Amino acid sequence: MTQVRVEYANRTGRAGIWLMLLAVAVLAAAPAWGGRDDLRLLSEIYAYVGLASLWNLLAGYAGLVSVGQQAYVGLGAYLLFALTLQVGMPPLLAIPAAGIMAAAIAMPVAGLLFRLRGHYFAIGTWIVAEVFRLLASQAAVLGGGSGLSLPAGIVTSIAATRQAREFLIYWVALALMLVVLALIVWLLRSRYGLALKAIRDNELAARSNGIDVTRIKVIVYITTAFGTAMLGALIFLQKLRISPDAAFSVNDWTAFVIFMTVIGGIGRIEGPIIGTVVFFVLRQTLADLGTLYLLLLGAVAIVVMLWAPKGIWGLIVDRFGWQVFPLERQIVLDNVVLDNVGPDNVVLDDRAD
Amino acid sequence: MLDWINVIVQGVLVGGLYAMFAAGLSLIFGIMRLVNIAHGDLIVLAAYLALVTVETLGIGPLAALVIVAPLMALIGYGLQRLVLNRTLGDDLLPPLLVTFGLSVIIQNGLLELFSADSRRLQAGAIEVASFPLMPGVAIGLLPLLSFVVAVAVIGALQLVLYRTALGRAFRATADDPAVAQLMGLDNRHIFGLAMALSLAVVAVAGVLLAVRSNFDPAIGPARLIFGFESVIIGGLGSLWGTLLGGILLGVAQAIGAQIDPGWQTLAGHLMFLLVLTVRPEGLFPKVRG
Repeated sequence: MTQVRVEYANRTGRAGIWLMLLAVAVLAAAPAWGGRDDLRLLSEIYAYVGLASLWNLLAGYAGLVSVGQQAYVGLGAYLLFALTLQVGMPPLLAIPAAGIMAAAIAMPVAGLLFRLRGHYFAIGTWIVAEVFRLLASQAAVLGGGSGLSLPAGIVTSIAATRQAREFLIYWVALALMLVVLALIVWLLRSRYGLALKAIRDNELAARSNGIDVTRIKVIVYITTAFGTAMLGALIFLQKLRISPDAAFSVNDWTAFVIFMTVIGGIGRIEGPIIGTVVFFVLRQTLADLGTLYLLLLGAVAIVVMLWAPKGIWGLIVDRFGWQVFPLERQIVLDNVVLDNVGPDNVVLDDRAD
Repeated sequence: MLDWINVIVQGVLVGGLYAMFAAGLSLIFGIMRLVNIAHGDLIVLAAYLALVTVETLGIGPLAALVIVAPLMALIGYGLQRLVLNRTLGDDLLPPLLVTFGLSVIIQNGLLELFSADSRRLQAGAIEVASFPLMPGVAIGLLPLLSFVVAVAVIGALQLVLYRTALGRAFRATADDPAVAQLMGLDNRHIFGLAMALSLAVVAVAGVLLAVRSNFDPAIGPARLIFGFESVIIGGLGSLWGTLLGGILLGVAQAIGAQIDPGWQTLAGHLMFLLVLTVRPEGLFPKVRG
């Protein structure tokens, strides 16, 4: 009897998992081999990998192009400050709490925003972020327009010595990135993931196959808000200082994130990771250019979008067929792998045109 | 009481400017389903072009339009043919991301050239001229003039769209690009002309903005948002609705500012969210095609 089963990983995928575990082990040991600056830079990279991966889930998979994700970065950050300062919650506990509260706030926001279709949704998200920013600058308890700093007492409550604090926050940043990536992989491997890919490739066809498109989009929107807010809380726990303009900055939390995702490869989970690394390499080498650097980044993003819309990772996949995350579904008959019969392979090729 | 009448009159006049921000935006969305995220930054670009023109030629701001409007139209046509036409299709991402990249390029390019200092176009004596509407309520000549220009531009756009061959071509392409092409229209060219017209309107909006208030390279996104809110409040597809949407937004902001200066923009956003909650299709959606 012919046995049919579905496999998620191909050979490079299995190798990829081992490579990834190795990388995580090396990174987790960073306090042993890296200096203070290395840890700081790596934590920043982790936060951006998380933000870009979430934006990719939203735009690349669910087709919800948001230019207002700074709304949730800022919301998470302000919730962290409010929870620690006003409620006295321990900072590390305040991170998941901020995520949950932001997800709760995202529900009515989604109800409003989902009245706007496609392109208009994008600008709607920006307005929501502006409303959050303006409300934050009206909130006198949280420093109003000029913002406020986290008092020393709260900072030392994380850990007594500065070194212990830095190590702890570094590991929290690494863990949070892994949690966000795991959350996305889990979502994409669930039945929602199949539905999401169907929506990404053809929304009308997905709808006619009985997928409740709106429900799934709302789920993705709220999940993204949850993760983005936790990352925002962590980022500003490291900065120790918050102001409305920094917390709700469209450049820092949306423009950069979009560039990372687009350059790395939108609609693939590896894309934002590659894109973030490329972004930081560019930043470390070209940061002296100041505004010219941003100008260049905008131009690179446009060129990639027009001439290589699948980004760097898309080019690699097309050429070598590599994959790192076990997400592709392949049908296996009697240990014979039929290449290109999985729904993903077929639709991914379609998308190139 | 007089205070409030004053506030509402000022709000209405500002609303004309917002409708101008919106007109170019809704024109190209209507014709090619493209939301131009760089729209606000293009308005600021036009303001800087006007500034350079005024300073080098020593002419008045309105006279500068003779140069800035065709220049912006040319930029629009080139942009559409060379870049934006490649992004059009079923996929939402490319146009949004490309115009987003464009927005970042324009902002930082202006920052590089003109620094972050805020600038203003000097319009001469007209800036402070005003006449009394009724005792206690005076209307500035400049705000009134810009409102009249806004109404005239929207009227002219309406005429172009519904009374000329070009407008017919626009509407045909908007209705069905494939059929329009079969009838001998070159869509790429039509889209180029639409963007040219949109940026000519942007040029007028930019000059009005530059004489009415200070501007710097970073204010583009907020202009895009005001324009967008006017479109949604007014209802999609109707230029006169957009004008009313702009006026309502202007009045909401003026009332907000009267209550607390920090509430000006916020009151506008809340008005927008309220309309979205109660009447998502906008207040005056277009009935006929």
